[in-house]
Amino acid sequence: MKTILYIIQKEFKQIFRNKGMLPIIFVLPLLQLVILSNAATFEVKNIKFGYIDHDHTSTSRALIEKFNASTYFDVLTDFPSEKLASSEMLKGKVDVVIEIPHYFERDLQKEKYNKLGVTINAIDGAAAGVENVYVTQILQSFNQQIKTDLLQISDKGVQPISIATIPLFWYNKTLNYKTFMVPGILVLLVTMITLFLSGMNIVREKEIGTLEQINVTPIKKSQFIIGKLFPFWVIGMGLLTVGLTLAKLIFNVPMIGSLALLYLYTSIYILVILGIGLFISNFTDTQQQAMFIAWFFTVIFILMSGLFTPIESMPEWAQIVTEFNPIKYFVEVMRMVMLKGSGFTDILPQLIKTLLFAIVMNGLAVWSYKKTS
Amino acid sequence: MKRFIGFIKKEFYHIFRDRRSLFILFGMPIAQIMLFGFAITNEINNVDIAILDHSKDATTEEIINKIAASKYFSIKQIIEKEADIETIFKKGHVKAVLNFEKDFSKNLIKENKATVQIITDATDPNTANTISNFVNAILQKYQQELNKEITIAYQIIPETRMVYNPELKSVYMFVPGVMTIILMLVSAMMTSISITKEKELGTMEILLVSPLKPFQVIIGKVFPYIFLSIINAVVIVLLSIFIFKMPVQGSLLLLGLESVLFIISALALGILISTISATQQTAMMISLMGLMLPVILLSGFIFPITSMPFPLQVISNIIPAKWFIIIIKGIMLKGVGLQYVWKETLILLGMTVFFIALSIKKYKIRLE
Repeated sequence: MKTILYIIQKEFKQIFRNKGMLPIIFVLPLLQLVILSNAATFEVKNIKFGYIDHDHTSTSRALIEKFNASTYFDVLTDFPSEKLASSEMLKGKVDVVIEIPHYFERDLQKEKYNKLGVTINAIDGAAAGVENVYVTQILQSFNQQIKTDLLQISDKGVQPISIATIPLFWYNKTLNYKTFMVPGILVLLVTMITLFLSGMNIVREKEIGTLEQINVTPIKKSQFIIGKLFPFWVIGMGLLTVGLTLAKLIFNVPMIGSLALLYLYTSIYILVILGIGLFISNFTDTQQQAMFIAWFFTVIFILMSGLFTPIESMPEWAQIVTEFNPIKYFVEVMRMVMLKGSGFTDILPQLIKTLLFAIVMNGLAVWSYKKTS
Repeated sequence: MKRFIGFIKKEFYHIFRDRRSLFILFGMPIAQIMLFGFAITNEINNVDIAILDHSKDATTEEIINKIAASKYFSIKQIIEKEADIETIFKKGHVKAVLNFEKDFSKNLIKENKATVQIITDATDPNTANTISNFVNAILQKYQQELNKEITIAYQIIPETRMVYNPELKSVYMFVPGVMTIILMLVSAMMTSISITKEKELGTMEILLVSPLKPFQVIIGKVFPYIFLSIINAVVIVLLSIFIFKMPVQGSLLLLGLESVLFIISALALGILISTISATQQTAMMISLMGLMLPVILLSGFIFPITSMPFPLQVISNIIPAKWFIIIIKGIMLKGVGLQYVWKETLILLGMTVFFIALSIKKYKIRLE
């Protein structure tokens, strides 16, 4: 026990002596949490909108005014020609263009019906879909308006059937992205810091040649590994604590569930990540190799975690892959406990899987460590 | 000049001797782009929802069938009371509950109006919003079917044209993004340790006393990696064309040149990190911790930059990846030439020159 304490002490000293690393471990992640959480929003707003008005009547102007009044669209330009509009769209200066045809008002009165050309830049398919919904909504409300303006008595009579939908957004009434993204990004930062630090640590001793010195000392391997990894576990838990505090103070993220439960889960989760780090360390010769592999898994874990894109939409095989993604469970648990107040039994499946990963990963790491040394 | 060539040769040997690193370097990006190209999508498919039907009549049954038939939703559970909603949301699998009011059909016939609640688990606001919109659209369509006999007067019907990506494929969005992340981080990580490694292993002094000028050392260090990264870029572009059917509407040559420019900017950024950090560990932590999330979040890869708060839109301008994503999307999907992306190209070029100049300056300081 004493030996472990000495190693832990030594490792802590080593971390705190390296003045270049301290800001990277403690300041950089928190700075990113505060800044980048604001970037992660799928909300589509400030859409660059242009129009081509061939009609120049009060109806066409009223329609454009409708778009102008909407908070989603930034009405930019009145394009004199279609050619200019598509050239501006190529440049990326405009994303949605409507083209009001000649005799728009006249035909609308005559036929009671008219068409409107809408062109949407669809490179970002999801955003284009949302933009399309916005355009349709504005047109629907415009239709209502002209109906009351233009409708003749003979048209009235039959009432159309309507199904009223009431959308209710539970746990996040205002659809505030930050309450979801702040805990998610905190998960990423805790994971990255603990994985990168532990992944590089032992291989560094290998590269510099000090690992051999340790191998000839009477220290047991288990003592050595626990002593090495414990400081990173502490750093991870510390980062979580400061991150949660910032989340509450700056972003006012709700914390409905039990914090103790969150800490219980995180304490096991970090063990999984440390196990992966140690495992990577054992199978690489240089810090660079270790970092490339750590980076490889981190990018996969992040993009397949369900934080940025929904897991349900992935193909079946990819969904099976995500079952082995620790970040996915951490994101789920954060979301469930903090925002919904899920209890111990609700997160039990995630907890058990994470515990299982911790045992398997650390078992593998210790086993392979013996093998390679 | 001869000395310089000798130095470059030495650097090449160093890299190619390390087979394991090379395998990692080339194998990983390929694996990543394959995985992400097939798996990542921000479309909504097969979302599990639950039904709470207080009415249980022919109309609600018809609506439920329509919902179940759509590719967006699969009905996971039928629940009987309001209290169950909370329970299933807390377990986390079901994302939405449709709550039909009592006497749905009767109300529709008698009062021409019936109500259904779309209750979503909005802890993920994006999914919640999309689900709500999709259910709404299905119900609207059903409503139109019911109203078929009544001609509705005065309608403006949009004829929507989705340009550059008519099928709204999300792979068109993700392949350029993943390509950018891989090139950016692999390149920066490779060079970020090139000088620190010499410092840490003690070979730096030898370099310092050699007659090579600082800029020769820097160029010599970057050069082999340009070569490696180009191979990486070619492989990635080929994969995206042949496997993900990404179009290249514009000039392939321009795409190649822009990629080389972007690679050099990332390598130069790596060198800059290398000159300012004392150990390999610091260098790698800066290039990983400092670059990974900003590049993923601020480049417009996943999240639209125009929706971000203004200060972040300003910050996004210093992310080289942002400009490269605009350029490659322009060339691949819109088919534009240099006349449309010259501004972005100049910005990348400016950044590259800046990184290199600063590295040489920093390197010199240590020399004195």
